[in-house]
Amino acid sequence: MTDVDLGSLIGGALLAAAAVVLVAFPFLREPDLPPERDTLAHLTPLERRRLELAERRDRALAALKELELDHRAGKISDEDYRFLVGPLRQEAAAALRALEAEAGLGRKAGVPAAR
Amino acid sequence: MAELGRAALVVCLGLSAYALLAGVLAARHGRRRLALSARNAVVASFLAALVASGVLLAALLGRDFSNSYVASYTSTKLPFQYTVSAFWGGQEGSLLFWLLVLTGYSAFAVLLNRRHEDVIAWTVPVLAAVQLFFSLLLVAVASPFATQPPPLEGRGLNPSLQNPYMAAHPPFLYLGFVGLTVPFAFAVGALLARRGDELWIVLTRRWTLAAWTFLGVGQLLGAKWAYEEIGWGGYYGWDPVENAALMPWLAATAYLHSVMVQEKKGMLKVWNVSLVTLAFALSLFGTFLTRSGVVNSIHSFTQSSIGSWFLGFIVLVVVFSIGLILRRLPLLRARTRLESPVSREAAFLYNNLLLVALTLTILWGVVFPLVSEAARGEAVTVGRPYYNFFLRVFGLPLLLLMGLGPLVAWRRASLRSLARALAWPGAAAIATGALLVALGAGSYVPGLVAYTFSAFVLASIAVEVVKGTQARRAVSGAGWGQALVELVGRNRRRYGGYVVHAAVVLLAIGVASSSGYQTVREGRLRPGQSLAVGGYELRYQGLTRRWVENRREDRVLVAASRDGKEVALLRPGKNRYPVEAFFSTEVAIRTDWLTGEDLYVVADQIDADGTVYLKVFVMPLVSLIWLSGAVFVAGSLLAMWPDRREARRLAQRYVQPGALARA
Repeated sequence: MTDVDLGSLIGGALLAAAAVVLVAFPFLREPDLPPERDTLAHLTPLERRRLELAERRDRALAALKELELDHRAGKISDEDYRFLVGPLRQEAAAALRALEAEAGLGRKAGVPAAR
Repeated sequence: MAELGRAALVVCLGLSAYALLAGVLAARHGRRRLALSARNAVVASFLAALVASGVLLAALLGRDFSNSYVASYTSTKLPFQYTVSAFWGGQEGSLLFWLLVLTGYSAFAVLLNRRHEDVIAWTVPVLAAVQLFFSLLLVAVASPFATQPPPLEGRGLNPSLQNPYMAAHPPFLYLGFVGLTVPFAFAVGALLARRGDELWIVLTRRWTLAAWTFLGVGQLLGAKWAYEEIGWGGYYGWDPVENAALMPWLAATAYLHSVMVQEKKGMLKVWNVSLVTLAFALSLFGTFLTRSGVVNSIHSFTQSSIGSWFLGFIVLVVVFSIGLILRRLPLLRARTRLESPVSREAAFLYNNLLLVALTLTILWGVVFPLVSEAARGEAVTVGRPYYNFFLRVFGLPLLLLMGLGPLVAWRRASLRSLARALAWPGAAAIATGALLVALGAGSYVPGLVAYTFSAFVLASIAVEVVKGTQARRAVSGAGWGQALVELVGRNRRRYGGYVVHAAVVLLAIGVASSSGYQTVREGRLRPGQSLAVGGYELRYQGLTRRWVENRREDRVLVAASRDGKEVALLRPGKNRYPVEAFFSTEVAIRTDWLTGEDLYVVADQIDADGTVYLKVFVMPLVSLIWLSGAVFVAGSLLAMWPDRREARRLAQRYVQPGALARA
């Protein structure tokens, strides 16, 4: 066996060993983790609902912001602005109210409100 | 050292297989430590790919001809920079480069987004599956570490590839192709995790933009290479391999537009996942076309047997993705509808239909020779007229929409306010068109239409910026400059998009001008004779010959003058590469930076008696094509630039799964 082969052999073995350590690391760090704590976090139904409402709220608020900017810039006529702004405000308000209601339910269940 | 390279690839293969299997098991059964272990396997696979790449690079730089790949693509006389670029100059090396970029992207993408455990748990096996495919190819089919008794000299790199643009073109394309894996993997990961929200879009926004930018820049570099190296007087020939890079870029462009409709209105969820899948599948198809040698192309430098592997994998990806989208349809159903056909979202929809139609038309043109060969035993190719026709049919309306879109409001726009918004840009377009007709540019109708629409787009962008700045001034009371900075800083994606639109306009003007209004002349000259073309007079002065590094350079000295004044001494000619047994044509280009015009001279033939056959092109505004690249990058960077306020808002929206329950 030549020196080059030996170097490759050692290099390959070190690489494989490093890979094994890295892959096994979560088990080495917490070897005695009970199964109930070894679980992946998933969105709870409450979180899922809040996320849906937060997306609706953000969508409506972003649309309102854009509408205001376009109206101020003169890109949207007063007539179009009046037609569009009402439903958007209602949508944002509805999402905010629903989020508040969810937060109320959460508080009753001892869960903090989402921002 | 080849053994170390082989061992690293085997380790990478094993890690990818483990990440796939352990990742699926962990995600299905909700096992956190196993999911982390699978994630770490993806990170470790990047280290293994780094080692393998390091070994190949060392072999290339050390001219280790006992490595078959090194002997096939380098020689002792090959200059340093092309010895490095030989890494991706051949099939095996380019596949290793794919794997290196893929594992690097994967490692960073999963580490940076690790707090979204549920989505990452499913994204890891998707990324690992793609890694597994490429590492399997490298281990079993196309190893860059095959050895042989070392020859005294290597075969050298194809001289066509010995060009700075060609050295940079493949890495950029691969950074783009491979980058499209990330949004695909996150979209599939989100669907597998049963998440119908926009998290995957938020997490991959910059990855997608970066991949799209790399792909765009890569194509421009390829065009510049073709322009300077091939010597046919053009930059894009609708070659299958050129099209292979264009198609995923078009699909990704469609996605970058339609994703805004999902973000603003919660619509087009199925469409967006489908577009991301299409872009990824087309990026695989592009690699397949480039590397399989299944189609004849000036860009395809290999003939190999990996085609069937690629086709099998592409079919697997498409079938799996369609099946998953169908299974998750209830999750992807939109709750809102298109309110009006005259609205920003409708404009995005029209834009998407045109982009996808153009993509599929090009795809049909690329696969038609294969289909015709399979059906009739004879490969029938579709030529430039086919592509040019559809480029006009779909491209010109796309250009017009680029100007119309920003002028139309979201949700609904009354015809009266639309007419008012169109007034200035419309007037600018009509004035431009009329002026061009008066100047005699009406001879080439598609060019005239492209100019007119370009004027419309630029005017609409200018109106947008001026009105936006005015509105900002009214709110903040700042001066014009400060207000503009604030406006752009607060709406980076919007104004970054406008800068990219301006780049596309520059590209359109450059293409229309240089292809529609070019002047060409050819002639056989003896020393002292002249040729007149497009306002220039070219006088053939004589020949020179010299040896540089690995080549002999024969040059024709041509003095170019305009209005009786010499403007340049041009040196078109031929290079002879003795190691590679190859001749190349070297064009001479004189760029007038003031007018954007190129004088492009090709020495098609140099006879022993000193007679030369010259072909000369005068290409107006062609420099705008290369300038568009810089503007495109600037716009993309602006759109990608981090926005702290938005990042804070999104961090609040997408809390860590289970955070509320744990609080």
